This record gives sequence, structure tokens and C-alpha cells, in this order.
Amino acid sequence: MENRLLVTASPHITGRDTTRGLMGNVIAALVPCIVAAAIIFGWQALLLVGVTTAACVGFEYLYCLILKKPNPVGDLSAVVTGIILALNMPVTMPLWIAVVGAFIAIVIVKQLFGGIGANFANPALVARIALFSGFSTRMTAVVIPACVGVDALSSATPLQTADMGSLPLLDLFLGKYGGVMGETCSLAILIGLVWLLVSRTISAVIPVTYLATVAVLFAIAGQPVLANLLTGGLLFGAVFMATDYVTSPFTLRGKLVFGLGLGLITFAIRMWGDLPEGVSYAILFMNLLVPYINDLTRQVPLGGGKKHG
Amino acid sequence: MFKKLKRSALGASVPHEKATAGMATVKMPLPARIVLPMQQHIGAPCTPVVKKGDTVQVGTLVGKAGGFVSANIYSGVSGTVSGIETLVGSTGAVMEAVVITPDGQQTVDPSVQPPVVTDKASLVKAAQDCGLVGLGGAGFPTAVKLSPKTPVDTLVINGAECEPYLTADTREFLENSDTVISGIEAVMKYMEIKHCVIGIERNKPECIDLMCSLISGMSGVEVKPLPSRYPQGAEKTLIENTTGREVPRGGLPSDVGVIVMNVTTVSTLGKFLATGMPLTTKRLTLEGDAVAKPCNVEVIVGTPVQDVLDFVGLKEGVTLSKVICGGPMMGVCLTDINYPVTRQNNGLLLLSDKAAALPAPGPCIRCGRCIEGCPMGLAPVQIAGAFQKKDVAALNALQVDLCVLCGTCSFVCPAKRPVTQTMSLAKELQRKGGKK
Repeated sequence: MENRLLVTASPHITGRDTTRGLMGNVIAALVPCIVAAAIIFGWQALLLVGVTTAACVGFEYLYCLILKKPNPVGDLSAVVTGIILALNMPVTMPLWIAVVGAFIAIVIVKQLFGGIGANFANPALVARIALFSGFSTRMTAVVIPACVGVDALSSATPLQTADMGSLPLLDLFLGKYGGVMGETCSLAILIGLVWLLVSRTISAVIPVTYLATVAVLFAIAGQPVLANLLTGGLLFGAVFMATDYVTSPFTLRGKLVFGLGLGLITFAIRMWGDLPEGVSYAILFMNLLVPYINDLTRQVPLGGGKKHG
Repeated sequence: MFKKLKRSALGASVPHEKATAGMATVKMPLPARIVLPMQQHIGAPCTPVVKKGDTVQVGTLVGKAGGFVSANIYSGVSGTVSGIETLVGSTGAVMEAVVITPDGQQTVDPSVQPPVVTDKASLVKAAQDCGLVGLGGAGFPTAVKLSPKTPVDTLVINGAECEPYLTADTREFLENSDTVISGIEAVMKYMEIKHCVIGIERNKPECIDLMCSLISGMSGVEVKPLPSRYPQGAEKTLIENTTGREVPRGGLPSDVGVIVMNVTTVSTLGKFLATGMPLTTKRLTLEGDAVAKPCNVEVIVGTPVQDVLDFVGLKEGVTLSKVICGGPMMGVCLTDINYPVTRQNNGLLLLSDKAAALPAPGPCIRCGRCIEGCPMGLAPVQIAGAFQKKDVAALNALQVDLCVLCGTCSFVCPAKRPVTQTMSLAKELQRKGGKK
């Protein structure tokens, strides 16, 4: 055999998209939120994002080094987790707590369950919930945005305001109110969403169904719809956390069910729960149902349905 | 929207790379020898009816069909049988092969006469005498296809040619449109089929225009432009997109009243009815980054691939690393460069070591793109999970047997996993019911 030929299974070409590329798209989509956080809350926002992201990447690298697993850092998924986690914290968060959050997200929620693609819930989300339970006062610290004057909205998170109908919608849209770093500026989140859709990184089904369900339910309940959509973690959660590949359903039907469920739970918690905010728990709860949703919302194969002879 | 709820079946936007579409077919000179494997089709292998030292002519029968699901093999050269060898095919199958040394005369066998076709039975006989098989790549004997057990009312002509690079069918439309039409007319007339749809991907506007103008006077024939999205040419997908009918699981196109024929197949039938010359030559698209000048070549069936490469020439300074029979999505890698061109070949893709290298697979990120893309509406990611657990019941429930191995799932996978290969293994496991 002078001419040795390579033999592989078909297909012999692959598409352009890569895991790293998709994660890169998410990072790009998060940039407007980071910029908005820095403008609204000051330069400390960048420090917090940097430290949290570095901690996530560091923990992922160390974990795989110690367990002699291939180094996964290049897929950029830990960077995405780090940024999302940081944007889920108020700007005043002590850095050491941010590092604890990174440990929970990467080591406990992601790697202990098998790493990328195998985690049962969104790592950043579980870390956010854990920090809420462990450091509740510091997680819910209300930060008056650095960019606004004294006459600005200065109550606690606007979701606790008695009369939500009276809130200035433009300020809410631009993010000039208290909250965690990433969730306040709806404009930045929407820019990110546009990029995620244009780059075909995610489908619009989950965010649209989720937000539409919430909007319809609040309208039926006679509550101000826009103020509810623009405040709290709803928009950020719907765009960046509910659309995580691993923890959302595969099919169009599944995504519709998922978005509907998210909307129902979020509405229920905001309306009747003691918590001001329901987005994290709604997403966590629906994350856990994803395997069942996947099995119950399969596609009908072409010519399928009948028993095989 | 409601159809998408059932299944997304998005397919894949593969690169087209059809630079050879505008190039006229070049005829290759006679090779020093031809090798005719007795298995160039789906079904029973042929039995050699010649022996060493026999003289044969162009169109002489050398391999007789080994049953109903089989197809005769004819010599494409005049010359002497130099032996009957054992050949190992690309898939590992061992078969006999008749080796013929051409005399250079290309004398035509006197038995080559236009057949007399008057009805369905004589059309089936003609397909048998032509040695005709599905030329799109599958190689299913046409005579069997023309003998459906259930009534057929629609003929679908597969002119999708959805594989990247390949333009052999495109050239058939453009160069042999007369026999394409006469073949269609014959099948419609003798099979008593009232309706015919010619499916052509939109990336071949010249073929669509030509066919539209040629069928304008024919009744019951229409041209259906198909989206340029792989795999439009997959049989069941094509039937759904041209007729709206769904072939049931485990069923055949004839179960929904359809016969699908590749454009080159129907054209070859048209040629045979006019001349009586059986299938002995084949047009191949020669493409890939290792080819000096990509082109379409008419090759005598049985010509060793090495001879074809010598004819078209390789690029200077490029190491030939992979030879693919067919397109890049479903083509089979050649293990030996001396293997002959078979009648169901429609292209040879020659790749350098750079183009042949595939990216390393990473962990599945469960993005669901394989599910979204699957033209059959299957769930490759879930099938892969069931396969890992060797769960035959789950594979059954996931209907893995419907997989057509089109390669879409591997192509779209961002983690670069060999999903199609796993699907193939899972199909095998399910077919055998978990038994080794």
C-alpha cells in the first residue's frame, strides 16, 4: 500500500458553528449589559464581573486538572457562567462572596454533575439562589445607581413598591433603578437578544412565550404589564438564563411548554408569594422538569407513529 | 407554523460548491483494464457468465442477475476476459469481479438492439436488460421498483442533487434532456401513471427553466422547485415535498402510490429504449481540493479509480488523503485507489490531508440542533443516549429505524460529534433487537 487513504464515516464536512463560537456569541450578547452596568453602577461593576468570571474559569481549570480531565476552558462556557453570575449580583457584593458563588456554579452545579452538557440546572442560576439564601442582605442590598440624582427612584426594588403603575417607565427601560447589575437595563438586554437571534444562537421561542405569558397574566389580573416586564430579573432571565441549551427543552413544542410554565410560576410568585421576585425559582423549577418535557414533547417523525413491523 | 409543531425538519444549509455545473462532460479514454464487481446494486450479487479467455464486446452480458432483486452487469468495452478475481469492497464485502482487457476496437455486441416495449411487463424486462439500478447512489434495481405491489399514480423524478459538489445529475438534465423526457414518457405510458413531478433544487435554475419549457406540452407533468436545503433528495423528504404524502414507517414509496426515480436513471432508461445499449458508462463529478481541474467525466463502468485520477490529474504538491465515492454528506470512503468505478457512483471527491481532517469532537451541549435539523423528525441526541445504554426498547420508541443516515445531525453539531455514525450503530442495534 503505497497510497494510504484516510477512511472515516460520513459526513465528511461539518458546519461552521462550534461550541466555542456559540458561547462567544452569548458573551458578545452580554457585553451591552456589562457596559450598562458600568455606566449605571460605576466602575466597580467591571471589577465584580472580572473577578467572578476569572473565578469561574479558574475553578473549571483546577477541577479538571485535579481530576485529570481534559481542559475544557477553551469552550468559553465558564466565561458565560461567570458573566451571568456576576450580573446577578448587586454592585456592592463583597468579592469573596462572588468567588463562593463561582465555586457553587462551576464545581458543585456544573462539574460534579459531569461538566458542560450534563448539568441539571443552570449553574449561574443555582449559585444566585444559593447566594440569596446564604447572604440575603448583601444579595438584596439596594444600590442607588451612581448615575441618577436624588429625585430618582430610590425605593427598594421597584417590585416592592405598592403602586407599580406610577413608576416612570423610561427610567425602568434604561435601568436607572436599584437592583442587581445586569437586570436593570432592559435596553441592553434587548440589544443582547437581538444579537442572539441574528447570530442564530438561540431561538426566540422561549423568551417570547415566557414574556408573553407573564404579560397576558398580569393584564388579566389588572396589574401594570409594562412595569412588570421591565423590572426585576424577568427580562434578563428570559433572555440569558431560560435559554441555556442544556437546561431547556429541545423541540418547538417543548420550548412552548417551558416558556408557558416559566410565565405561570413567575406570575404566581410575584402575585401571591412572599418573595418580590419569582424568576430564579421559576427557571430552576422548569429546569428540573426539562427531561420530562423532552420526553413528552417529541416530534412526530416523518411517516412515524405506527408500530414497526 | 403548525407543521413545525409536528417536526421542524430544518435540514442543513450545506455549502453548494457546484462549480462544475456549467462544465460539459468530458469523455475519458479507454483504460488498460476494467474490473466489474458482481455486486453493484442492492440485492443478490450477480453470477459471472463469462470465463477467462472469453471475448466480449460492448454491451455483452458478463454478470447475470442473481435473483429478482438484482441487476445484470454488462461489459463497457470489447476485449478479452483476463480473469475472475476476488475483490473486497469499500464496505468490507467480499465479491467476485470480472476483469476485462480492452482490445481498443469498442465493437458493439450484435445483441444490442432497441427493445420492443408494449406494456408494463416488457418495460420491466427492458429495465432488467439494461442492467438499470438507482443511479442516485443507492443502486436499487429499477426493474424491482417498476414492479410495485400497490397501485401507483405518481412518478417523482429526483433531480434535487442535494449533495454538495455533485453536478452529474445537473449535467444529465442539460445534456440529455431528450432522453430524460422520453424516459419519463415511457414510464408514465407503460406504468399507466397519470401524474409526474420533477423535483429540482432552486440552486439549479437552468435545469428548472429547461425542464419547464420541455414539459409545457405534456399533460400531467410538473416541475417542482425545491428549497436549496440539504437533504431535499432524500426519498421520503422528496415525496413529502413534491406530493404532500408521508411514506409510513417501514413502508415503501409505492405504499402511498409513488415511484421515485433519479433523473439519470430515468434518462438511462430512455436511452436504452432508443438504442438498446445497456448501462455501461457513468458520468462522475470529479471535485475536491486535491483535483487540479474539477470536471464531469464520462467513465466506463469498471474503470479503476486510479485511472480516473491519472486522467483528471491531481494538484501539484498536494497529498491525496481521502477519496470519497459520492458526495461529502453521504459518500463512502474508498479504502483502495485501484477499486473500480461502479454504476451507482456519481462522483469522486478527492481531498487533501487538510480538507480531510475533521475537527475533534467535544461533549454534547444538548443544543438540540440535531433534532431541529433531522429531516425525518428524529431526536438524535436522545437516540445517542439510548444507544449508550443499549436500550433497544427506547430506540424502538424513538423510531431510530427511520433514520436515512443523511449526515445532517453530524453536520450541524457544534460539538462536532459523529452523531450520524452513532445513529448508524443505533439502527443496527435496534434492527438486531439487541442481539449480537
